[in-house]
This record gives sequence, C-alpha cells and structure tokens, in this order.
Amino acid sequence: MIVVEDLHRHFGGFHAVDGASLKIATGSITGLIGPNGAGKTTLFNVIAGRLPPTSGRVLMDGEDITGLPPHELFHKGLLRTFQIAHEFGSMSVRENLMMVPAAQSGETLWNAWFGRKGIAAEERALRQKADEVLEFLTIGHLADQKASQISGGQKKLLELGRTMMVDAKIVFLDEVGAGVNRTLLNTIGDAIVRLNKERGYTFCVIEHDMDFIARLCDPVIVMAEGKVLAEGSVDVVKNDERVIEAYLGTGLKNKVAANG
Amino acid sequence: MDFANAIVALLNFVFVPATAYGAQLALGALGVTLIYSILRFSNFAHGDTMAFGTMVAILFTWGFQSLGISAGPLPTALLALPFAIAVTAGFVLGTDRVVYRFYRRQRAAPAIYIIVSLGVMFIMNGLVRLIIGVKDIDFADGGRFLISAGEFKERTGLAEGLAIKSTAAVTVVCAFIVMAWLFWFLQNTRTGKSMRAFSDNEDLALLSGINPDRVVRVTWVIAAGLATIAGVLYGLDKGFKPFVYFQLLLPIFASAVVGGLGSPKGAVAGGFIIAYSEVLVTYAWKKVLGYLLPDSMMPDGLAQLLGTDYKFAVSFAILIIVLLFRPTGLFKGKSV
Ligand SMILES: Nc1ncnc2c1ncn2[C@@H]1O[C@H](COP(=O)(O)OP(=O)(O)OP(=O)(O)O)[C@@H](O)[C@H]1O
Ligand SMILES: [Mg+2]
Repeated sequence: MIVVEDLHRHFGGFHAVDGASLKIATGSITGLIGPNGAGKTTLFNVIAGRLPPTSGRVLMDGEDITGLPPHELFHKGLLRTFQIAHEFGSMSVRENLMMVPAAQSGETLWNAWFGRKGIAAEERALRQKADEVLEFLTIGHLADQKASQISGGQKKLLELGRTMMVDAKIVFLDEVGAGVNRTLLNTIGDAIVRLNKERGYTFCVIEHDMDFIARLCDPVIVMAEGKVLAEGSVDVVKNDERVIEAYLGTGLKNKVAANG
Repeated sequence: MDFANAIVALLNFVFVPATAYGAQLALGALGVTLIYSILRFSNFAHGDTMAFGTMVAILFTWGFQSLGISAGPLPTALLALPFAIAVTAGFVLGTDRVVYRFYRRQRAAPAIYIIVSLGVMFIMNGLVRLIIGVKDIDFADGGRFLISAGEFKERTGLAEGLAIKSTAAVTVVCAFIVMAWLFWFLQNTRTGKSMRAFSDNEDLALLSGINPDRVVRVTWVIAAGLATIAGVLYGLDKGFKPFVYFQLLLPIFASAVVGGLGSPKGAVAGGFIIAYSEVLVTYAWKKVLGYLLPDSMMPDGLAQLLGTDYKFAVSFAILIIVLLFRPTGLFKGKSV
C-alpha cells in the first residue's frame, strides 16, 4: 500500500502538487485522471524519487520512502514508466529490456572479469525472458532493432515491458496508452490485468482515455490544480459535480457526460 | 631504389612516430570522452591526471630499479603500471568524494564542473611539481630499439634507415590491448552496459535499478587507468615533464571532439587523425621529395608547412574547423 500524505511540490511560486493526499491499495488498479497540468506527472515524479518534494511524505507498506533515489525504489519493487517514452538509444530493443534486472551477480566488478560462467547462464535466462516479454507485447519481431528507431507507440510498449522484467510490487504507468492504436491499447489493458491477477502487481495508471480507465480501474482518483478532487468508482467519479467542473473548458466535459 | 627510400623515410619519420603519438592521444581522449559521457562534463584535469599517474609510475620504477627488479627487454615502468593505476584511481576517487560529489548533488551546470575541474587541475599540477620536480625525467630502460636504423640499412642495402624505438612498439601494443579490453568491457559486461545505459539516458538507468554512485566510481577508476597508461606511454616515448602533460590537453580534447565527445570509437579515430595531421603538417618533406622529384623541381626550403614549434596550432585549427562545420564530431549521435 502506498500512502501519500499532504504532498507539495512547488516550482518557484507555482504549486504543481499542492497538498495531495491519497492511498493506493495493494492489489488494486488505481486510475489517476485529471485535466492537463493537474500535477499528475509531477506527483509520479515525486513518488518515484525523480523530484524531491517541497513537503509531505510518501509511505510504502508503512515505510517512509520520501525522497529515496529511483534505483533504491526499484529494488523495493516500485517502478514507473515515463509519459514521454525513454529508451537506451544505442542498444537494441532486447538489450533495453535486459538492462533492467540490475541486481544480479554480474554487477560486481570481480564477477564481470572472472566469473564468466555463471554470468553466461544468467544472460541466457535474461535474454529468454526479454524475448518472452517482447512476444507477449506483440513486438517480438523488433528485438534486434535499435531502440532509438522504433515508433513512439512501440516505445510505450517497451516501457511497459520494462516493468515485466522483474517482480515489481507497484507500477506507476504515466499515459502508457497515449499514441498507441486501439488494438494495442487493448493488448496493454489485457497485459495490465494479467500482471495484476497472475503476478499480484499493484498499478497506478494515469490515462486520458476514459474507456480505458473505465475498463481497468477501480478506484479512480481525480486530480485538479495539484489537489485530489474526488475518489471512487468510475461511475461515482464521473457524475461528481466538482469533477465535471474541473474538466470544464477542456472539452472533456462532454465526453465525461456522454459516457455517463 | 629512390622510391623505396622515399617510402622508408616516410615510414620512419611520419608513420611510426604518428602511430605511437596517435595511440597515446587516443588513450587520453578515451578517458576524457568516458568522463564526458557519464559525468557529463569536460574534465580539464585529465592532462594532469596523466602527469600524476606517470609520476607515481616513475616513483615505483625507481623503487623497482633500486631493488634490482626489471622486466628484461621491456621498460620497468610497465611493471610499475598496475601500482600507479591503483594509486591514481585512489586519488581520483578521493577527488570525486571531496570535490565533484558535492556539485553532483547540487546538480550543478556543466560550466561549473569545468571550472571545478580547472581547480583540480591546478592542484594536481602543483602536487606533481612539488613531489617530483619540473625537470625532464627519462625513465625508459630496457632495450632501446626494436629495429635500429643501422641494422635496417645493412639488411636492406637502402640509404634510408628505419628505426623503431621499443617504446613506440610498446606504446602501440599496450594501447591496442587496452582499447580492445575497453570496448569488450563496454559491450559485453554488465557493468560496461550499465555505463552505456547511464550515458544513453540517466533517468531511465536510475529507474532500471542501476546504482549511479557505482557507475560513477567505475568510470573514475577506468579514466584514471587510461590516463596513467597514456601518460606513462607518452613519457616513455618522449620523456616526462609535468608541463608537457598540461599542453597535451589541447590535442587530447581536439581528438575527443573530432571523434564526437562521448563516443569511444570517435576518441580513438580522433586521436589518430590529430596525431597524423600534426606530424604531416610539421614534417620537413625535403628528404622524401628529394627521392621523388627531379632536381629541377626541388623546392628550395625544407618543404615544411609549419614549424614544429607551432604543432599545437594544428590541433587548434582542426578543433575550430570541426566545431564550426560538424560540432557533433565524426561519430555523431553515438554515445558510449
Ligand atoms: N520542471 C518543472 N518546472 C516548472 N514547472 C513544471 C515542471 N514540471 C511541471 N511543471 C508544471 O506543473 C504543472 C503540472 O504538470 P504535470 O506534468 O504534473 O501535469 P499533468 O497532470 O501530468 O498533465 P498532462 O495530463 O498534460 O500530462 C504544469 O503546469 C507544468 O507546467
Ligand atoms: Mg502528465
């Protein structure tokens, strides 16, 4: 369980996250929605250790993890993806995935030079796992391509694939479906559900696509202007006056209303 | 016969020295480029790190010599190399701990790092002069020549001799081994790959569980190793003088920039490009032309484009040209 307590993150005088408090229950797929600029990505950045908070706390299973660097959070099982896909551009798609499980014997200098045998076996296992993940995400044919050369949507899949390389506890997905076609979006949705059911991943999902959110997420948390506006099932949230108000003028009001 | 003599003269005065010099520059540029791609700043202290490493190697060499330990026909300094690398790596890690880490935590701008590295440079420079003095030191021992000019003339019957100093041969062999190892390391070991990952995308590397402190430490150790090896090879070949290493900074940076800062392949290519340009431009072509041209066409002077006093101008000119027309260097877009 992730607990965020009265979190603030200011950029100069601008309060991107302005006293957000929320809980993400273990085993849930929690949606995080809100108009552009609501502070969703900034909230992720603070939780995942990329930005230090101005004030407030983040707890993971009761332990204070506020401000821990990303690589330590990784080893605690907290992973995230980026809204704008990131990749290791000089490596192949497969190598990108094989970079992920960093905590293994190959990591010591001694082993890198003298313990070649065990490492070769480990590399084989890793490689096989990477190929399985790519197959699962329907981009197996891209394994040997340079990661800098694949499309934006494919990079999104690669981002998701990265979280599948290890046994994560909680994964924060920042618009993993943006720029991905409807069929692939469904594939991603299925992958999320399966990882949640079969491997017990907890998810927190930022997404603008309301159908996607409605299909996967319960509960849904709505943010606006750096604060948490409302929380509840999709149906409850969709009909909340304050939520409709927050989306006013962004053109989403009609969409939210029409769907409800 | 004249043609053969011209070729031999060219090999002797251009090819051999430029190849050895190119290997030394390439090793130096590799260190600069690695620091640049991982720590993201231009380390102006690299030349003096080379001087420091060489100084330590000389001290160990003297120690070995006084104990009567030698490497047979090879220079004793090669035996001292591992110890010198260890000491230099320790020193550089200490510098990182005391100086650079502070600025890393502040997420300081690259310009600040450059100034900081200038400060480190002055301190190392002073330290080296304090410990070993400012005089020329010749610490090359062992066999002098792999092939001597006289021997070569006798065997081939040519008028021109080809001399290959053993230090030049040692330089090229050592540099080749070190570079092959480095490329293997970056391509195939997990640590090397995490360095490449870190250089490609720091944010993502952190998210993938890569420990940045460790990557930074390994990078410093490797850079210190490269600097020490480059410095010792240069010193064996041309003699040790602290101030010369400071001057080497220009051709070394030129090499790294020509190849593309952050690209190890580029650093190697750049090292040889700069070395060959420098030697070709400052070589007096009179001798070679004398063999090739009829007397009536012989130029009056030395047929030298630029005096050797101006050799650093070559690096400078190439640096400017590259920065103007292809600022990303030859191997652009490539990182570690
Ligand atoms: N590094 C930064 N410096 C200054 N302002 C920032 C920074 N990062 C974010 N902001 C501002 O904080 C606000 C919230 O941005 P954030 O990216 O968190 O919104 P978001 O909810 O993720 O929006 P979107 O749905 O468009 O991705 C925006 O107004 C943005 O301009
Ligand atoms: Mg966002």
